[in-house]
Amino acid sequence: MADEKKIGCYICKGCGLGERLDTDELETIATREGKANVVKQHDFLCNADGVKMIQDDIDNDGVNHIVIGACSRRSKAEAFNFQNVAISRANLREGVIWIRPDEPDAQETTQEMAADYIRMACAETKFQNIPAASGQQGLNKKLLVVGGGIAGMTSAIEASKAGYPATIVEKTGKLGGAMADMVARIPNRSPYADPMDTGVAAMIAAIEADSNITVHLNSTVTKTSGAPGRFSADITTESGATTTDNFGAIVQASGFTDYDANQLPEFAYGKTPDVVTQRELEAMIKEAGDGPVKRKSDGKVIASALFVQCAGQRSDKEGHLSYCSGFCCSASIKEAMLLKDRNADCDTIICFDDLRTPGAGGEDFYRSGQKKGVTFTKSKVSEVVPANGSLTVKMHDLILNDDVEASVDLVVLATGLIANSGVDIDDKSAENVAQDPTQEYKVNVDSILNLTYRQGRDLPKLTENFADSHFICFPYETRRTGIYAAGPVRRPMDAAQAIEDATGATMKAIQSLEHAATGEAVLPRPGDLSFPTFRKEGCTQCKRCTVECPFGAIDEDEQRYPQYNESRCRRCGTCMGACPVRIISFENYSVETVGQQIKAADMPEEFDEKPRILVLACENDAYPALDMAAMNGMQYSAFARVVPVRCLGSVNTIWVSDALNGGYDGIILMGCRQDENYQCHFVKGSEMAHTRMSKIADTLQTLSLEEERVATYEIAITDSARTVQIINEMEETIQKIGMSPFKF
Amino acid sequence: MSDLNTAMVEKYRSNFLKEVEANVEEGDWVKMCMQCGVCSGSCPLGNAWEHPPQEIFMMIRAGKRDEVLSSSSMWMCTSCYNCIVRCPRELPITHIMHGLAHYAKRLGLSPKEQPTAKFAQLFWDNLSKDGRVNELKLGLALYFMNGFGEGIKTSLKMKDIGLGMVKTKRMNVMEILGGHSVKDKSGFHAMLKKAAEIEEAKIQK
Repeated sequence: MADEKKIGCYICKGCGLGERLDTDELETIATREGKANVVKQHDFLCNADGVKMIQDDIDNDGVNHIVIGACSRRSKAEAFNFQNVAISRANLREGVIWIRPDEPDAQETTQEMAADYIRMACAETKFQNIPAASGQQGLNKKLLVVGGGIAGMTSAIEASKAGYPATIVEKTGKLGGAMADMVARIPNRSPYADPMDTGVAAMIAAIEADSNITVHLNSTVTKTSGAPGRFSADITTESGATTTDNFGAIVQASGFTDYDANQLPEFAYGKTPDVVTQRELEAMIKEAGDGPVKRKSDGKVIASALFVQCAGQRSDKEGHLSYCSGFCCSASIKEAMLLKDRNADCDTIICFDDLRTPGAGGEDFYRSGQKKGVTFTKSKVSEVVPANGSLTVKMHDLILNDDVEASVDLVVLATGLIANSGVDIDDKSAENVAQDPTQEYKVNVDSILNLTYRQGRDLPKLTENFADSHFICFPYETRRTGIYAAGPVRRPMDAAQAIEDATGATMKAIQSLEHAATGEAVLPRPGDLSFPTFRKEGCTQCKRCTVECPFGAIDEDEQRYPQYNESRCRRCGTCMGACPVRIISFENYSVETVGQQIKAADMPEEFDEKPRILVLACENDAYPALDMAAMNGMQYSAFARVVPVRCLGSVNTIWVSDALNGGYDGIILMGCRQDENYQCHFVKGSEMAHTRMSKIADTLQTLSLEEERVATYEIAITDSARTVQIINEMEETIQKIGMSPFKF
Repeated sequence: MSDLNTAMVEKYRSNFLKEVEANVEEGDWVKMCMQCGVCSGSCPLGNAWEHPPQEIFMMIRAGKRDEVLSSSSMWMCTSCYNCIVRCPRELPITHIMHGLAHYAKRLGLSPKEQPTAKFAQLFWDNLSKDGRVNELKLGLALYFMNGFGEGIKTSLKMKDIGLGMVKTKRMNVMEILGGHSVKDKSGFHAMLKKAAEIEEAKIQK
């Protein structure tokens, strides 16, 4: 890294920029106001010649800070990919000429817009430094797999195949998890007609034969500390013997627990041994071998069985599960087939509300069940009554709208699953948050990972006890970097999906440990080398950054200062936005880099009738939405100045108050959707920003400014028309309420 | 109750689905219905049906034997084939409806005053006599299906059309005296008898 900053500003004249803009004027501005050391224009900057011109300046002229005045930062990233320099992009194409009409009237304001973006880009790069990895951790290829069910086993086998040693920690005495209790599994390949072998034995054999896989049975993880690339885990056996080992990444495949059927007294569970759960029926079939399956109560060969789907599930009753567990319909079809195979002429009735057989072959399997004579009845079972030697099932037929009764030998309850996701870290009363660094670490037996993270011992949950993992954009990716959730701990699913899930999670875990070794970020900013640091002298130990970090990346050191773990960080900057004393920064993204952009824009006099609207747009969704608006020929106000931010969570309120003090007439913040169905790439960033901005009214009041001047929106990537509308509405609002009095 | 009906009740006990599978044309498809209701929604006469096809299938599975067989529903089918075309499970619904109607008729359970059923009987009686449909007699039989007074009324209403048809030689009044028949009438009757025997044997097995 060169000691002196030498700024090179390169202005493109291609894509109509040369015709629409006065590039000579922009060149003058870059030199005089932007203080760029080298300023050049090029007819076609992103072609080989243009790129070579910049590279030559880097190599021969010592240019190390680059301003590219061309298209949006989302375009031509591969062409303008220069190493070991700080780059700032002035968005003259999507941000200026494409969203402005090509008319003589608009020429003046369009040129002003372009000039401002050049000023802003020069100001930004002036305050950027060239990021470099911290070197906090090296390459550790070992993978810790928590849970030895089929997801865990798949993960270990896949990791080993890819050349990464895996260690499985299994709580029970054997591998296989829930699938080991099954007689057969739902078919996962064509023709999807019959139950097939579980494959557990083959997987166990593969693991035993693999020297790259270590298995700890009867063991739990009693302490996990560190970060991707340098996790340290204590693995403790039932007897108390502890092994400590280091790992690069973790896959949590801790599976599920059956819903407790004792909570369903209406189905006579517990009152008679002839009402069983799906898992108990598997045990009965196993016991019977290939012979006929007999009832537990009197040993009678079962001649009729009725399956109650959604027992205690998909219901808003107290104590019931609100969700569909995803596997039980197919499992009931499978068990009905197994019964029919063993007990000739056994009547099998499946009482369903909505039959759901996920997966490519699900429908074929359902059809196969029908062909084999399994009866499917769309009905709601209300009660099971044991009556001399048989069971009377009362139900309401939903097709015929009729109350009916059936008399059967056996009732099977499809009860569903509850994720084994450990302790609820949001429950502050529990002994699971804020490890006091001065105290000794106490193990919590309910916890899966026993993380020593300041934010809590386990993965944060989103809803219904499932580990939070962005299921639309980034499945497996939890809110703890380097720890990937696979299988039903993440969302309800069946075995086929769990295997797929485990494979995906393992690939992500490998990527994570490789990235950690080089100090690069993982999703959604893969390859980013910058990481947050703080100025210790300024820190007031308020701990807001440690609390607000969506990924729990920040711990507390012995002196109670925040302790940043580079490889746990996703580089969203939420800590930077949170810090009340503004001492947290990234090398290339800081309070200064954005703050100086805001200040660098030219502020016309109040009577020029040229208001200024600052748009702080999330670079993941809102900024692309604005770019797309430009591509689609929409137009927005020439008074807007858009500044991309990593996440709305990184917006420090100082930017807003500085902008208001500096004379901006309106401020628009564009982030992502923030509720339970959030779309924020950093999960909590947008939520944090919305909370912070709800308090901006005080600032406005002290400045005697109207509340309408600052507005926060949730924008999806598809909302380009809306972004345009929002900006234009802000212009109208300013016309109504008048210009800001703070222009100097 | 017919003897056959009693025998069938005896044979299949409570399992009406099995009875349908064994005795109704395309009846083994009934179990494949997934209750989506597309057939009921597609039927142009759906509103007029006592039980739309989806419901009929569910009733068969629920063992509602009498309700199904004495229902007028399957007699309402006009064979437009909309349901067959749309059924995601590819059930031959039209054929099953006709199969059910046929089976109900055989057991003597079909509704007595159902016009389609009545017309079907008239048509069969007319056709099986001479091997040719006597359109004049069939038409008149249809007019008088619901009593003498109604018959006269309908005849008067249709008078002009009838005369027009006679004028354009579309209808021969002489047909009333017996009409034309197939060349080998006894052979035709022998064929019908044999067919009835084969079907009888099929039911009995």
